Amino acid sequence: MRVTATAEFMLEPAFFPVEPNKDAGTSRDAISHGQRVGPGLDTRHGTILTLEDISVSFDGFRALNNLNLYIGVGELRCIIGPNGAGKTTLMDVITGKTRPSHGKAWFGETLDLTQMSEVQIAQAGIGRKFQKPTVFEALSVFENLELAQKTDKSVWASLRARLTGEQKDRITDVLETIRLTTSVNRPAGLLSHGQKQFLEIGMLLMQDPQLLLLDEPVAGMTDAETEFTAELFKSLAGKHSLMVVEHDMGFVGSIADHVTVLHQGSVLAEGSLEQVQENERVIEVYLGR
Amino acid sequence: MNQPLLVTATQKAGPKITIAVGAVILALLLALPLLSLLSPISVFHVSAYTLTLVGKILCYAIVALALDLVWGYAGLLSLGHGLFFALGGYAMGMYLMRQASGDGLPAFMTFLSWTELPWYWTGTSSFLWAMCLVVLAPGLLALVFGFFAFRSRIKGVYFSIMTQALTFAGMLLFFRNETGFGGNNGFTNFRTILGFGITEPGTRAVLFFATVVLLVASLFIGWRLAQSKFGRVLTALRDAENRLMFCGYDPRGFKLFVWVLSAVLCGLAGALYVPQVGIINPSEMSPTNSIEAAVWVALGGRGTLIGPLLGAGVVNGMKSWFTVAFPEYWLFFLGALFIVVTLYLPKGVIGLLKKRGEQ
Repeated sequence: MRVTATAEFMLEPAFFPVEPNKDAGTSRDAISHGQRVGPGLDTRHGTILTLEDISVSFDGFRALNNLNLYIGVGELRCIIGPNGAGKTTLMDVITGKTRPSHGKAWFGETLDLTQMSEVQIAQAGIGRKFQKPTVFEALSVFENLELAQKTDKSVWASLRARLTGEQKDRITDVLETIRLTTSVNRPAGLLSHGQKQFLEIGMLLMQDPQLLLLDEPVAGMTDAETEFTAELFKSLAGKHSLMVVEHDMGFVGSIADHVTVLHQGSVLAEGSLEQVQENERVIEVYLGR
Repeated sequence: MNQPLLVTATQKAGPKITIAVGAVILALLLALPLLSLLSPISVFHVSAYTLTLVGKILCYAIVALALDLVWGYAGLLSLGHGLFFALGGYAMGMYLMRQASGDGLPAFMTFLSWTELPWYWTGTSSFLWAMCLVVLAPGLLALVFGFFAFRSRIKGVYFSIMTQALTFAGMLLFFRNETGFGGNNGFTNFRTILGFGITEPGTRAVLFFATVVLLVASLFIGWRLAQSKFGRVLTALRDAENRLMFCGYDPRGFKLFVWVLSAVLCGLAGALYVPQVGIINPSEMSPTNSIEAAVWVALGGRGTLIGPLLGAGVVNGMKSWFTVAFPEYWLFFLGALFIVVTLYLPKGVIGLLKKRGEQ
């Protein structure tokens, strides 16, 4: 489904003039003076994520090819690119699901992501939202948020866990942010597609990661929901660093001032959305086939 | 809000009714051993046969509960829980055989003209050590098997097949005389337990009472687990393991904990089963036994704790009636039952009751 849908989406920037972004520059400025740096994470050079020379091959096919990418503290970065450009593989490498065949991946200045397990990476402060909304369907909205909460996640701690008043307040806050206060006791499986997307975003907020990876967060959302998500992400940038993979160019235009274009597993262009859209090679890749 | 189906189901039916029904059943179960002590002439006398039959079903109910913890909550369908049950039973059986043989070797060893006990029989004449074995044998096996299975992320039908193969392998191993557990005859002809005659009405009553206590304790442990955050993590694990990992939970520890706990409960149930029934042999490890346990859980309702107890009671009650009335049709009936449950009762009897309660 994704394959056919995206081919059309990718043509969008050529047809729809993107509205001028009045917030242009603000989130880029957040680099190097972002406040949200967790204990133990060393970001003294202002980069939260450093990917250098990353290659991944599957049976001879190079999904990522000497890719270099730097994300600043507090930055909101959008990643775009045609199908098979390696966007999801990139997320898999960052979250430890796929190991690169060579290259370096650093979280902050000191954590080597290529040596860490998925669980360790999540605990270190990288949160991920899947392309297909994935929530715990049998549990209520409240319980979903409770489980995602940043806390000791060992077996023993879970056996004895009790919610403190402070933690309950935090859940209430997030419920309001994602506008699910009225559905707090509903099983997550009964939510609409858009609500599930928001719940998953809410779970990321509860996890309070330093870096959020969001794979097509507005897929299946209504226009109003998309607009609201854009506002939400802009308010998160600065406190958190965000990396958003998205096909909806309208959405990309409304949130990001810094865009990276991937093509055949490496970075094709980087810059503001306008710059990227004027780039000859980008136009060629998007329209030339 | 964050309560398992068990609690919501009881809330729907009205807590008073449920508590009343539960209390009546518990009172009946506690009265049963006392009634069996009455003189046989009395109208209220309960025969040894009935007491043993109910005791046996209660042991099965504990197995069903243990299986529900791993299947209903964590989504791990084990088709090898009979192995843990039998291991607990064999550990108890070793003690009973030593009691029966006094200072000499157990009868089957003399028959094989063995002159000394194999090393693993060391200390089995002590009741305490036998009790340790009841916990350790199934617990350690589950720990080792679970550690490797969960580390390799084996799940779904592959996990079920491996547990089935495990119990089958166990059965073949115990069938061999060289293994030192009495081959296909297993252990029988027990005489005493802690010095009390095993067929004495008093002993039977105490064993039955112990089974009721274990059942209530298991139910309590299961209920507390299901209510805790641990229980919610298990449910989350069942539905979206990837999401859980990216939330920062390591699924292996959670699976291993509940898996070993479940195996130990089965072992304890087996240990109480053997002295009541009076025999343990490798057929307890037969794959069909473990599959039957899955039927009890499915019939009663997965992830409800109470449901599997109900399922074990209903199926075994019917089994003891069927095998007397129409012995050759029992397996057909069991198969039909499983099909009906799968097609029409995906949430089991408890699901059906809950639906009625809502209407």
